[in-house]
Amino acid sequence: MPAAEVAIEVEGLTKSFSGKVVVKNLSMRVMKGQIYGFLGPNGSGKTTTLRMLCGLLTPDSGKGTALGYDIRTNSDAIKRRVGYMTQRFSLYQDLSIRENLEFVARVYGLDAPEQRAREAITRLGLNGREEQLAGELSGGWKQRLALGACILPQPSLLLLDEPTAGVDPKARREFWAEIHKLAAEGMTVLVSTHYMDEAERCHEIAYIAYGTLLAQGTIQEVIAQSRLVTYTVSGPDVAELAEKLAKAPGVDMVAPFGASLHVAGRDEEALEAAIAPYGREPKWTWVRTPPSLEDVFIDLMSASKDNFQ
Amino acid sequence: MSTLAQGWRSGALMRAWAMLVKEFVQLKRDRLTFGTMIFIPVVQLLLFGYAINTTPRNLPTALLVYEDNDLTRSVIAALSNTSYFHMTHVARTEAEMDHWLRSGTVLFGVEIPPGFERSVRRGDRPAVLVVADASDPVAAGTALGALEGVISTALGRDRGIPETVQSVPAFEIRQHRRYNPAAVTSLNIVPGLLGTILTMTMLIFTALSVTREIERGTMESLLAMPIKPLEIMLGKIAPYILIGFIQAALIVVFALVLFEVPIAGSLILLALLSTLFIAANLSIGYTFSTIAENQLQAIQMSFMFFLPNILLSGFMFPFAGMPRWAQWIGEALPLTHYIRITRGIMLKGATMQDLVAETLALAFLMLVAMTIAVRRFRRTLD
Repeated sequence: MPAAEVAIEVEGLTKSFSGKVVVKNLSMRVMKGQIYGFLGPNGSGKTTTLRMLCGLLTPDSGKGTALGYDIRTNSDAIKRRVGYMTQRFSLYQDLSIRENLEFVARVYGLDAPEQRAREAITRLGLNGREEQLAGELSGGWKQRLALGACILPQPSLLLLDEPTAGVDPKARREFWAEIHKLAAEGMTVLVSTHYMDEAERCHEIAYIAYGTLLAQGTIQEVIAQSRLVTYTVSGPDVAELAEKLAKAPGVDMVAPFGASLHVAGRDEEALEAAIAPYGREPKWTWVRTPPSLEDVFIDLMSASKDNFQ
Repeated sequence: MSTLAQGWRSGALMRAWAMLVKEFVQLKRDRLTFGTMIFIPVVQLLLFGYAINTTPRNLPTALLVYEDNDLTRSVIAALSNTSYFHMTHVARTEAEMDHWLRSGTVLFGVEIPPGFERSVRRGDRPAVLVVADASDPVAAGTALGALEGVISTALGRDRGIPETVQSVPAFEIRQHRRYNPAAVTSLNIVPGLLGTILTMTMLIFTALSVTREIERGTMESLLAMPIKPLEIMLGKIAPYILIGFIQAALIVVFALVLFEVPIAGSLILLALLSTLFIAANLSIGYTFSTIAENQLQAIQMSFMFFLPNILLSGFMFPFAGMPRWAQWIGEALPLTHYIRITRGIMLKGATMQDLVAETLALAFLMLVAMTIAVRRFRRTLD
């Protein structure tokens, strides 16, 4: 693979805060023009990894490049070419939409900042609201504005830290449409999220829990790597069944999905032995289904619980 | 009915108690506030209790003597013996003595005229001139009061001179209170107030600037942008220089109109040096902002800095009256230098030449603060 195609390549990144390891020996590679999803539970080190990539944190050990620049020594060059959207809204709440965008345009040294801000306002569909204070916007609009500010300097790499947290489904859908458009234009996007449907919109994903990267690849690859066997049970009283199955050996995961239940295990024989007693009950229908991404993640998460602290 | 009232009361107490417990827990977490409450009052009490002295002795005095003989030596010794005058400088010309007075190097100038001894012997009753810098009437007042006994002490030492001729002293001491001859308080206070007010407002402006960005969460994106600490600092200080300048102009106008404080020197020089002083204070406030963890701490630091500025700068109490160590602390405060500048320009007509040392001191303090700020500024979130 030619080096020019790689947007991010890191190896053995480790970071700890006051003795607690937050990111442990993390290696990953993101190709140019990809949307790379970063998944994992709260406190798993997603934000810390993103911050190390854009020079906000210095890794304790490990090395890597973003857009070909060393993340340890060349963060100034990286900052000029990376748009980082923080988890918490971090534009100036007491500046208007237009003033925020003009500020960003000036900090990045763009020509004609006023004009650039005007263009961004039009692109965001915020015409007529440019004088509104950023702090007064609703969650969805704040997030749109934050993305607009991030892409204003036309970065080659976007780092988005849980960009859609607390945003309604319609706004989320529009947001993802925008992300895909940007990726099609050649921008690389690294996005962290909790949402499975969002993970499925990514070209590739990485799953990180308690600082360790547990799985990465395309969704199909991640599902295949898990070797999970899944059955879906539907019928009455599945809650009662869930309780019984959760304790059974060979069952690694039980999760309710509406009126049905996903039962999964890594060892096919053990799983089938576990569910055999209930398989004959006529009130329940058992169907073997391919595991969903969520099944895989819930399983990964429970498997890695031992690593916690 | 009464149980209802009791119920309400106990409920209210319970809730107030819940609040109280929470406040104490939070207080315990905030080390700086805790320190401010216990440590600072004690330190400040001791510091200012020992430093402040309203009847200062050993005041720096310049000497201009044209002849060296027993009589002149006796006069000088008699002045020194009052313990108020400390002969620190010997001037060669009147101009040199005036320069020291204008720049605040000395508080007094003593001039013994040529042919003094001969005049005394001839019974001409010549005059020893004591020029006092009365821009601070408190500092000059007591010392001038002690001059009365000087003549007899001086003559008592020198046996060759008849003590008095028909109870008329053989020479006289002529006092000259310069710069504020009528000892008008406002003439002393207003130029100092200019600096004190500017210190307070400028510090607060910038002390909050970095902590505010951190508390509001905007610092994270700011750090991810291609902007450098020095650029952030300059951009944050610059607008307040203008605001400070407007404030200073306003105070000066009021000083002229309401308090009739003169501006004996150059208004342009006052404007230029005021700008430097404003920038120095903004830099110090900004430095606090890079050290403090939150806005409350930044305000506490500003206040802890502000207090010695008022007490040890010569604004409220005579600078010359403080012990050496307190004077050194004073020299490290921009207000000390600025008060010498404002009193110098407004009351004494001091020129740039008289104020070189104070200007350099201000510039130095500003650069030190800026250097610390840029170094302390956290470029990462580590």
